[in-house]
Amino acid sequence: MPSGPPARAETRPVPDATGLELIAQALQEANADSVLGTAFFRDRAVIIANPPDVHEVLGRLKDQGYDFLASLHGVDYYPEEPRLGVLYELLDMKEVDRISVKARVHTDAPRIASVVDLWPGADHPEREVYDMFGVVFEGHPDLRRILMPEDYEGFPQRRDFPVGGEPVLFTYNEDSPYGKSQ
Amino acid sequence: MSATTDYRKREESITLTSEPAGERQELLTLNMGPHHPATHGVLRLLVTLEGEIVRDLKPIIGYVHTGIEKTCEDKSYWKVIPCVERMDYVSYYFNAMAFCGAVETLLGIEVPPRAQYLRVIHLELNRIASHMVWLGTGALDLGAVSMFWYCFRERENILDLFEMSSGQRMHTRYFQVGGVFEDIPTGFAAKLRTFLDRMPTRADQFADLMEKNEIVLRRLRDVCPLDEKTLLGLGVTGPLLRAAGNPWDLRKAQPYSSYDHFDFKIPVGTVGDNYDRYRVRHAELYESVKIIEQALEGLPEGDHITSDRKVALPPRHELATSMEALIHHFKLVTEGFRVPPGEIYYPIEGPRGELGCFVRADGSAKPARVHMRDPSFSNLMAFAPMVKDGYIADLIATIAMLDPILGGIDR
Repeated sequence: MPSGPPARAETRPVPDATGLELIAQALQEANADSVLGTAFFRDRAVIIANPPDVHEVLGRLKDQGYDFLASLHGVDYYPEEPRLGVLYELLDMKEVDRISVKARVHTDAPRIASVVDLWPGADHPEREVYDMFGVVFEGHPDLRRILMPEDYEGFPQRRDFPVGGEPVLFTYNEDSPYGKSQ
Repeated sequence: MSATTDYRKREESITLTSEPAGERQELLTLNMGPHHPATHGVLRLLVTLEGEIVRDLKPIIGYVHTGIEKTCEDKSYWKVIPCVERMDYVSYYFNAMAFCGAVETLLGIEVPPRAQYLRVIHLELNRIASHMVWLGTGALDLGAVSMFWYCFRERENILDLFEMSSGQRMHTRYFQVGGVFEDIPTGFAAKLRTFLDRMPTRADQFADLMEKNEIVLRRLRDVCPLDEKTLLGLGVTGPLLRAAGNPWDLRKAQPYSSYDHFDFKIPVGTVGDNYDRYRVRHAELYESVKIIEQALEGLPEGDHITSDRKVALPPRHELATSMEALIHHFKLVTEGFRVPPGEIYYPIEGPRGELGCFVRADGSAKPARVHMRDPSFSNLMAFAPMVKDGYIADLIATIAMLDPILGGIDR
């Protein structure tokens, strides 16, 4: 039974800023172009990877112990360029370390290598990023929309995609879009 | 083209069979859903069957996709909380906790100890309520209707407690950035103690109802196991992973909101079959009760929300006397607070596994991106490998023990 609240437990910033630089340096030694930079904010370590080399970077980190892909999601950095970001949240369960890998691609050719061969669990998240942001994952076994209907046009999570004003399609009105004719 | 002839055409990209059938085999593709009798949500399964054996399964999701993540980008930070609560509608406190935790980390503010303890009390109550929904509807899937009523009776008591502390039974918006909305009212502690005294007995009764039933045991034991390595590769966390023997629990591994102050155990299974999945969640009921008891006993005195007036509303009585409080109040309710630019991923242990909230702030009063890594979304990927080469009846038992909440999957 705790006697009053003890001081907040020291949450280890893992890896710390130095550790992150060491990891990034090791990755750069293996392939000089693979790492574009690092970011350390609020104890969150991010490696900014060169999009063509992201599979290689993730493979190396996986071998280092970051072998659990906790999350894979997309971000639209509109109006900054390159606009689309794909983020991989990696976790080392033994050391209880987390590291993020970020790769940013342009909207005119949003292509990035799939990591389904490294983690089968990247299947649905990659489909979601494709569905919402239009990033094409090369080598994905079954890349199609997951949350939106198959015949949907556009990528709704992009920042320039308007909110609202969209006709709702059901089977009974799919031949005569809402508002046009009855 | 009419809707019915176009039906398959729109989905022709879906490969229905995993492998070509042999000469004397015949494969049948069966569509299950998109409705499900129990309250998991709207899930559709395309099942390829050889006789009664499941050879392939494709889950089709998105039927309850409402674009909550997109909606969040158009709301100020404190108005996002009710939106994210509606993602996984069974564990709303966890969604709010993940989002508030992410924003608090971005802001760099400290949550008062009393608020942390009150959060733990409500989170663990919500975990019990969520497991009650799972046990009730799971047993319903197995054909045991009475379990449903017993479980929902206990859940009602928890919802009554939520109503007492926040005024709402579901989607309570009780967690705020910086703390909780209000301190617990008089009588809450007494009512909570009554509930805590009764809950272990009730859990014993649930165990008797389930485990002394030969039919339930035969439908769960050694049914659809999946090993730890496959589960980890698929990104599965929570009770499903612990059932396979991996004791990964973020409450222990990366404690947040004072979880390191409490003494509790992490139940784990051995073989990772449906029975282990049931046992792990059932054992968690007792552990949650233990955590709430300790949190209630050691509840520290002090503020229930941060005193940072740039983030939290000033107390009502100050508005009549302090001009500064009035300005803060006005700024908060009109514009909301601004969050410095940055990105954060804040994971917590939800009732179904790692619930991570990714928030990107661009310096304005609205988030530029909110993403929930919902455990159900990842856990659903393990469904096909679990039920492959099993009976179709075991598929139903497995979905009951998988505990997916489609609101969280589709968001």
